[in-house]
Amino acid sequence: MGKHVVCRVDEIDIKMGKLVHVEGRDIAVFNLGDRFAAVSNKCPHEGADLCAGKVFGFPEADGPGCYRVSDRLMVRCPWHGWEFDLETGRSYVDPNRVRVKPFDVSVSDGAGLAEGPYQVETFEVETDGKYVIVEV
Amino acid sequence: MTDTTELVREPQSKPEQKLGLVDCDIHPALSTPGELGPFLPLRWREHVREFGMRSPNPLMGALPYARIGHGMRRDSYPPEGGPPASSLAFMQEQILDPLNIEYGLLHALNAGPSVMNLELGAAVCAAMNDWQIDKWCSKDARLKGGISVPQEDAEASVKEIERWTGDDRFVQLAIVPKSLEPLGRKRYWPIWEAAEAHSLPVGMHSAAYGTHANTGAGWASFYFEEHYSFAHTAQTALISMIFEGVFERFPKLKLVLVEGGFAWLAPLMWRMDREWELRKGEVPMCKRKPSDYVRSNVWLTTQPMEEPTKVKNIAHVLKWLGPDKLMFSTDYPHWDFDHPDRVFKVGLSPEEKQGILRDNAISVYGLN
Repeated sequence: MGKHVVCRVDEIDIKMGKLVHVEGRDIAVFNLGDRFAAVSNKCPHEGADLCAGKVFGFPEADGPGCYRVSDRLMVRCPWHGWEFDLETGRSYVDPNRVRVKPFDVSVSDGAGLAEGPYQVETFEVETDGKYVIVEV
Repeated sequence: MTDTTELVREPQSKPEQKLGLVDCDIHPALSTPGELGPFLPLRWREHVREFGMRSPNPLMGALPYARIGHGMRRDSYPPEGGPPASSLAFMQEQILDPLNIEYGLLHALNAGPSVMNLELGAAVCAAMNDWQIDKWCSKDARLKGGISVPQEDAEASVKEIERWTGDDRFVQLAIVPKSLEPLGRKRYWPIWEAAEAHSLPVGMHSAAYGTHANTGAGWASFYFEEHYSFAHTAQTALISMIFEGVFERFPKLKLVLVEGGFAWLAPLMWRMDREWELRKGEVPMCKRKPSDYVRSNVWLTTQPMEEPTKVKNIAHVLKWLGPDKLMFSTDYPHWDFDHPDRVFKVGLSPEEKQGILRDNAISVYGLN
């Protein structure tokens, strides 16, 4: 277990994903606007890259014509459309059996990163930047 | 292997040395509609400009149903722009190289076989064939074409087939199953005769387009009804060809049903055999048991893979069909793409797997 700096916050546009590699794992990191989320990148169905999927708000309906889009954000697989909750990693269709691994994500100032316990593997951290941290 | 349906991803393992495979269904695309223009004679370019290309399908210029992701893998749009599978470089990067595809069989879907103006249809098919060679097969020897023919005009179809005699960049005919009449009828026999004579298997790819509605009761309401209609449309063609005696008359003809499913084939064989036993006098041109013709003349591609809730049920289906009937296909770049490493969720012997992924197609198409 460790905290890994994976990219600058401005490297991922809002509602977009980015593939990062941490400790031999492929992880899809998403910018949700007010926060970030990360799940294992390969779709468990047929192995597509979830980082290329579409991020969307989960629609809920109480009845015909009465619906709202919730804060719960999902990613839709770019191939067959399997949808995964970005907080829990569980699929909408088969939440108990078909799921991806979620990872804790946080954002940190570059200045605070110099002291650790962060592991910076691939690039220099500038003290005035903001960075995405994934816990693996 | 495992018979559980647990699909939680294990940590990544090192990819093994991959076996070369044959992908029996890749859809190359025009970068722009105008890209076909240079391959059409001036007379038909002018015709298309003034009158368009009328087909019997509703909603000209659009598919009748909204499809998931416009029908495309969301990650298949080439970085340089243009529609999915319109860039050879990106197709190589995305599937031909990483999946170690030894041969990729093209199905260049187009309106040629079903436009209402038959002569225009013949010109469009010919143009699509020239385009397949120019843009794809001549640039990457792994890609093999399918000769598109204006199938409602058998004479013109034979002419188009003969235009490519001896060109091994084409390995099959591309036939649309929603034909004007059931495909066993005699109006199509000159095409089957030419296919047999030139050793070209008939690749019958399911298609939204055709000369009829997608069900026997007319147009279905939803895309998923259309998706399943591919299966009964393929069955209609197969049943017709068997009982009209096509395989009796052309015993070396090979029929490949592409993207129509396969789990239905065994029950269909049981039923055809039983009914044939009861009253074969009605169809004297069908001399052998219907399932015999399936065994000797018919193959199917795997995509979209049948996915029963209990994955082990697929093992029964494979047993009923026999190990040599199925050939792997991805359907790239369409949304229901199948990945060779992930599509078989039931245990296959190494021989079965190699047969489905590669050897069956090598043998059926005479590749290598």
